[in-house]
Amino acid sequence: MYKIVEARNVGLNIKQFVIEAPRIAARQKPGQFLILRLHDKGERIPLTIKASDPVAGTVTIVVQAIGKTTSLLNCLEAGDCILDIVGPLGHPSEIETYGTAVILAGSVGTAMALPTANALKQAGNHVVFIEGARNKEMVVFEDEVRQASNETYIMTDDGSYGEQGLVTKKLSELIASGRKIDFVLAVGPVPMMRAVAQVTAPLKIKTMVSLNSIMVDGTGMCGGCRVLLGNKSKFACVDGPEFDASLVNFEVLMQRNAMYRDKECESLKQFVQNKHKEVAQLRAELAAAEAMAKGELHG
Amino acid sequence: MAEKNALPLKDRMKIARIPMPELDPSVRSRNFEEVNQGLETAAALTEATRCIACAKPGCVVHCPVGVKIRDVVALIYAGDYLAAAKKLREDNSLPAITGRVCPQENQCEGGCILGKKGAPVAIGNLERFVADFERTSGQLGLPAIAPSTGKSVAIVGSGPAGLSAAGDLIQKGHRVRVFEALHELGGVLIYGIPEFRLPKSIVKGEVDNLRRMGVEFETNVVVGKSVTIDELMQNEKFDAVFVATGAGLPRFLGVPGEHFNGVYSANEFLTRINLMRAYQPSEYDEPVYDCRDRDVIVVGGGNTAMDAVRTARRLGARTATLVYRRSAAEMPARAEEVKHARQEGIEFHMLTNPIEFLGDEKGWLTDARCMKMKLGEPDQSGRRSPVEIKGSEFVLPANVVIIGVGTTANPLIQSSTPDLNTTPRNYIVADPETTRTSKRGVFAGGDIVTGGATVILAMGAGRKAAASIHSYLTSGLW
Ligand SMILES: Cc1cc2nc3c(=O)[nH]c(=O)nc-3n(C[C@H](O)[C@H](O)[C@H](O)COP(=O)(O)OP(=O)(O)OC[C@H]3O[C@@H](n4cnc5c(N)ncnc54)[C@H](O)[C@@H]3O)c2cc1C
Ligand SMILES: Cc1cc2nc3c(=O)[nH]c(=O)nc-3n(C[C@H](O)[C@H](O)[C@H](O)COP(=O)(O)OP(=O)(O)OC[C@H]3O[C@@H](n4cnc5c(N)ncnc54)[C@H](O)[C@@H]3O)c2cc1C
Ligand code: SF4
Ligand code: SF4
Ligand code: FES
Repeated sequence: MYKIVEARNVGLNIKQFVIEAPRIAARQKPGQFLILRLHDKGERIPLTIKASDPVAGTVTIVVQAIGKTTSLLNCLEAGDCILDIVGPLGHPSEIETYGTAVILAGSVGTAMALPTANALKQAGNHVVFIEGARNKEMVVFEDEVRQASNETYIMTDDGSYGEQGLVTKKLSELIASGRKIDFVLAVGPVPMMRAVAQVTAPLKIKTMVSLNSIMVDGTGMCGGCRVLLGNKSKFACVDGPEFDASLVNFEVLMQRNAMYRDKECESLKQFVQNKHKEVAQLRAELAAAEAMAKGELHG
Repeated sequence: MAEKNALPLKDRMKIARIPMPELDPSVRSRNFEEVNQGLETAAALTEATRCIACAKPGCVVHCPVGVKIRDVVALIYAGDYLAAAKKLREDNSLPAITGRVCPQENQCEGGCILGKKGAPVAIGNLERFVADFERTSGQLGLPAIAPSTGKSVAIVGSGPAGLSAAGDLIQKGHRVRVFEALHELGGVLIYGIPEFRLPKSIVKGEVDNLRRMGVEFETNVVVGKSVTIDELMQNEKFDAVFVATGAGLPRFLGVPGEHFNGVYSANEFLTRINLMRAYQPSEYDEPVYDCRDRDVIVVGGGNTAMDAVRTARRLGARTATLVYRRSAAEMPARAEEVKHARQEGIEFHMLTNPIEFLGDEKGWLTDARCMKMKLGEPDQSGRRSPVEIKGSEFVLPANVVIIGVGTTANPLIQSSTPDLNTTPRNYIVADPETTRTSKRGVFAGGDIVTGGATVILAMGAGRKAAASIHSYLTSGLW
């Protein structure tokens, strides 16, 4: 059982949690993720670790509610527990001194990119962070983004904040202005990452993308997370999650991520209808599990 | 001691082998209940009567861990099932499991003298009978635990190798802590072998016993990622580590079209079903392809492939077909599973190999293009290797394809432990007798050393490791 010590809403349907997970906190590096399971009948979902505090033994995650599991998770508060958490998984981001590093991220991807941005800045890179959002309300972690970068741009679809346009618009502008870009990292929805790859690949700018394929175990055992790189299959959980964008087959990623869409929609619908009951049930189950775990320790 | 078998030899040999009662195929191919229902007491007694108590029992020689079968059977005959269970446990710490899943026809029963002329003694069924009797009798005495030695052992992986090592080491008075990557304990016994062959409650029972004996378990720890072997030894002060991480990495065929939606590794398919219970969609959140009224093809000929194809059938597949590139004679699966699969309406396409998967414009699998094969010269494994027959291509419709052609070593320990010697295929090198690796204090056994093998071999390796670790911890000699 892993206790939530802090929970707060940071944006529309986006919540940040600080959770006790000392083993993970002791070893986490930027770019790594964890897998959690909320209750005995729940699925295992991967989430990037935004930060960790090895002394306090806590990790921070940021969750966007999009389906049943993330919606249920975002109903939890400080003091609640999570049944299972495993990590840190995946390869850490490669941190080198490239020169100018541009990071493009949107909504929850911003949280996922922050630790790597910080590390790149500390390694002496000039970090340009381009954060995208649909509108002003959807801009998250602006202060942290500004701190993790030397140069910050906020792009909104409707122009209600920062500049109007997609993150790739700003990237293209920077390139057109003659800026030398040595490294690009894109974290966000697949179409966004694909668009970034389309801009940088012809220019041969080293570009990494963080792939969010569907996972089960996260240890290389199932192969469900496989992504197509050129004509090679790679497992996102152990070979990634960051990959060279110029090799990634984004169409296959989108197609595979749609594999369970019907069931996911049905599941979310059911959840929305029974939200209060489900949350109450989850809390009851966790309390029972905690009592049992205590019993095991004492007897 | 055991009562002498009163029936004359000749009469005993006339008794026909008692068949295992099974659920009706038309019923069981729609549910996940255990197929084999277990022998009744009277039936077990009669079966035990068949054993002619050989002076040099071939059965014992052919059991990989040398279970004293003759003595066990004599105790069953004498009606002392608890004593039989105790005798069984001298060599086998997981009898309720091995009685169910050992490939007996190649092992104990393959060595039984009665098999020369008729049917061998049903050793597996008797083993299961005794173990189940013990389990449900409520008289399962926990073994004595030696006084604490002050030493502690970390075991990585909770499959049969890890669990059996834990059981032996705790009895010797060492502190034992098992680390498992998944959220449930049991390794392949939990995530791989389905409920209809090995009920989860049996594996859970074994784990609970170990817990009561004092073994500590920590799930959700991927050693190599969450903590390294060096950290376990230096920071957490474990005096020895036993690596029993198995060979769980799925192999794909490497043919075009493997990325289509609907193509699974057997590991993923079985994990979704067994570990995550996706076969109960109304209760559990994990999704799996809806196989109802669809065509499912499983590639492979081992237990894994057989488990996958029979699972697909239970999920309501319209056709559940096994495609194997050699002939039925070369199939490594247990004979009983093949028989059960046929009864359940599984179709077999022998000497057939997929060469490409085809899909629609949205990325969903539609067909498997296959090639007919013929058997050529024997290969390294001694089996005749399959060769493609030119011009024999044909297409099988398939909404789901499950690849069950074997697995390779789990890599996370090896890559995070630089001074651990590995083979070119990334298995851990360990002495077959002592299970010692190249790194002081670190032992390894089970599938991570041998490659995908059997439950009983993994169990045997775990017990060897325990003996070897005990002698290292008490002598201090490496
Ligand atoms: C390495 C990695 C890091 C991630 N980090 C974050 C993060 O920091 N914050 C965050 O909010 N989200 C993150 N995600 C995405 C997150 O895992 C999914 O949003 C979540 O699994 C959806 O579960 P659900 O039940 O709420 O939605 P569902 O209804 O199950 O699915 C909705 C969508 O999520 C995708 N999805 C479903 N199951 C999985 C799964 N097991 N693994 C991955 N994707 C899945 C599907 O493609 C689907 O389109 C990450 C994904 C990966 C692979
Ligand atoms: C579907 C299927 C059916 C089978 N049927 C039969 C059968 O009928 N009869 C038979 O005899 N054999 C059968 N086998 C083979 C048998 O199950 C294996 O040989 C046996 O389980 C190997 O045991 P093990 O302890 O070495 O490893 P495993 O059972 O593989 O257990 C290894 C454990 O280690 C964990 N692990 C891996 N890496 C790490 C890490 N870094 N940190 C922490 N934990 C880790 C894994 O999650 C796993 O739980 C079958 C195998 C499969 C897949
Ligand atoms: S352990 Fe396996 S091989 Fe040995 S006697 Fe039991 S069933 Fe037979
Ligand atoms: S070989 Fe067969 S008959 Fe002989 S002791 Fe073993 S089980 Fe009995
Ligand atoms: S999630 Fe199973 S192999 Fe990556």
